[in-house]
Amino acid sequence: MKNLVGVGVVTVAMALSGGAIAQQNVKVGGLFPLSGNAASAGQQAKAAVELAVDIVNGKYPDVTGMPAVGLPGLKGGKIELTFADHQGNPSTGQSQALRLIQQEKVSALIGAYQSSVTFAGTQVAERYGTPWVVGDSVASNITGRGFKFTFRVTPIASDFAYNYMDFLNDVKKMGHPVKTVATVYENTDYGTSIAETLRKAIKEKGFDLIAEIPYAANTTDVSPQVLQLKDKKPDAVIFVSYTSDTILYMKTLKQLDYKPPIVIGDDSGFSDPAFIKNVGTISQGAVNRSAWDIGKPGSVTAKINELFKAKTGYDMDDTSGRNMQAMFVLADAINRAGSAKSDAIQAALQKTDLKPEQLMMGYKGVKFDETGQNTLAATYLIQLQGANYVAVWPEKSATAKMQIPFKGSE
Amino acid sequence: MTIIQVIASGLLLGAVYALFSSGLTLIWGMMNFINFAHGEFVLIGMYIAFLVVTYLNGGPLLFVGTAAVLLFGFGIVIYYGLIRHVMRGPILAQILSTFGLALLLRYLAFFIFKADFKTLPDTIFPGTVNIGGIFLGMPQLVAGGVALVITLGIHLLLKRTTIGSQLLAVSEDRQAAMLMGIRPDRMQAIAWGLSAATAGVAGALIATFYYISPTVGESLALTAFVVVAFGGFGSVPGALVAGLLIGVIQSLSAYLLGPIYKDIVVYAMFVALLWIRPTGLFGKAA
Repeated sequence: MKNLVGVGVVTVAMALSGGAIAQQNVKVGGLFPLSGNAASAGQQAKAAVELAVDIVNGKYPDVTGMPAVGLPGLKGGKIELTFADHQGNPSTGQSQALRLIQQEKVSALIGAYQSSVTFAGTQVAERYGTPWVVGDSVASNITGRGFKFTFRVTPIASDFAYNYMDFLNDVKKMGHPVKTVATVYENTDYGTSIAETLRKAIKEKGFDLIAEIPYAANTTDVSPQVLQLKDKKPDAVIFVSYTSDTILYMKTLKQLDYKPPIVIGDDSGFSDPAFIKNVGTISQGAVNRSAWDIGKPGSVTAKINELFKAKTGYDMDDTSGRNMQAMFVLADAINRAGSAKSDAIQAALQKTDLKPEQLMMGYKGVKFDETGQNTLAATYLIQLQGANYVAVWPEKSATAKMQIPFKGSE
Repeated sequence: MTIIQVIASGLLLGAVYALFSSGLTLIWGMMNFINFAHGEFVLIGMYIAFLVVTYLNGGPLLFVGTAAVLLFGFGIVIYYGLIRHVMRGPILAQILSTFGLALLLRYLAFFIFKADFKTLPDTIFPGTVNIGGIFLGMPQLVAGGVALVITLGIHLLLKRTTIGSQLLAVSEDRQAAMLMGIRPDRMQAIAWGLSAATAGVAGALIATFYYISPTVGESLALTAFVVVAFGGFGSVPGALVAGLLIGVIQSLSAYLLGPIYKDIVVYAMFVALLWIRPTGLFGKAA
């Protein structure tokens, strides 16, 4: 073990000196599920991160307003990306993180979609002193382990669990009876950590949690879960699911002729473009969280969306957006560090202070606390109406009227 | 009431497992050969259905038929191109060859179709049948019905036809079969063709209610291996019974104990059964 750490230190040192002599190009490693069950989300995230790097490297001069464009701090240097596929497997995530650090000699890492993989991978990055910017993994246990090299830009479960409750309270005020809630969640770090936070929030806000149903995301059949829900008849169901399971849930709801009055899908599976494309017509009225909004034509976000659509064929979604935002945050730190040294980038990340107008996502800013969590992250609720999600909550940022109950197919 | 719905859903799921597994057990029974790429054969069937529906606007007869015919040919090509050669090698080479083929096909699918999830329109077998509050999805009913027909068909083919006798003769004693004027290569190629064709039909039908992605074969194939071993190595009716049984056990345990326990129940029963009866439910002693 000691030997390994020694080798690591030497390689990192070599990487750093090498970086200093070469024209200050900075290598960033991206870890995403490029194959496996979550591959579609992973591929989108990869495209979003690539686009962010193209923008800061100065490829699209008409996209203005993002920080660090042109990377003046690197004096002609560019950011180079190298990706690794962890297939959604935490141990593969660890070995790929190690490979990126030791062999590809990256200065910083970004990733990794599934919370379980981010949780495991950041341990390796911490050991080797490589900063890791987390764009989209929300399990609360990722921060708060005393790590100095893990920085998380996205809002986390404790933020949006209370958003969901406030939303349900507002729905109640509209005259719909909302008392009982059920949670259905995939049983790795992502689902279980959100379910735990939800349990607390649901109780605190005076709702009844009448069913909690954990399941494995790679399951081939979800009808028993749907039947359990159908038995309990909750007023609202909150799904914490990845893509393939979300598709199965929507198909099974329809097949077993059951419509919960309120369906909340926690991002991930509900934000994957595959969701709207494949089951959008039978998921009308599903509520999701998002900090992404395309914005008015001509705005920076609209331009970013155009570029993203040209690259992938899809509109930007919240998951890809949060990853892209994380890359901008990392690029800003690299620019201020003016160096490929991991330590310098980490120090710059700690001093990050971005304002809302410097962001593509609807956060109130980016500023990390001592655990590395962004204290200014925020989220909004969107609803699937027709072929698109529209902002419905909170009222001041809503662009369309909330439609209750969940309609399923029109 | 709900419990009847759970059992009904379990039976439909089980029929899909049986449909998925019949081709696998055929090869296993004929040649003592494990085709680890079976899940990917099913995957090809799914993509064929997707292409026929998307680009030719074809109906179920056309896309199921196309999948069956193309995969029959594909099975024969795989037999002559790969299996016949690795059969001469050590057992490990046989196992790894189809494992390698599985990875090759899976990543080819990634390359050609990307990681996107695809589904067929709901309108192919629209609707659900409602029998006194018990809901049965039409696509699943069709898949279940076809599973029964295919199982019966293969069973009759093996037991009642000349080709079937020849297939079985080769699997029992290759030398003796050759002395009787049967060409073992041709017979085994037919077996591969049939197995692949059933996989194609299974894939095309499963695609009508499931999602299609390059890794879908992987998640379904594990259950298929359990079904085949549970039902008895090489027994086609065994695969049907085991498929239905596992479907119901999974649904009941997921409903009564919770979804995360269903695999524990299924695999515990699987191990217990193999301990008591290593040949599976319908298997003959070696």
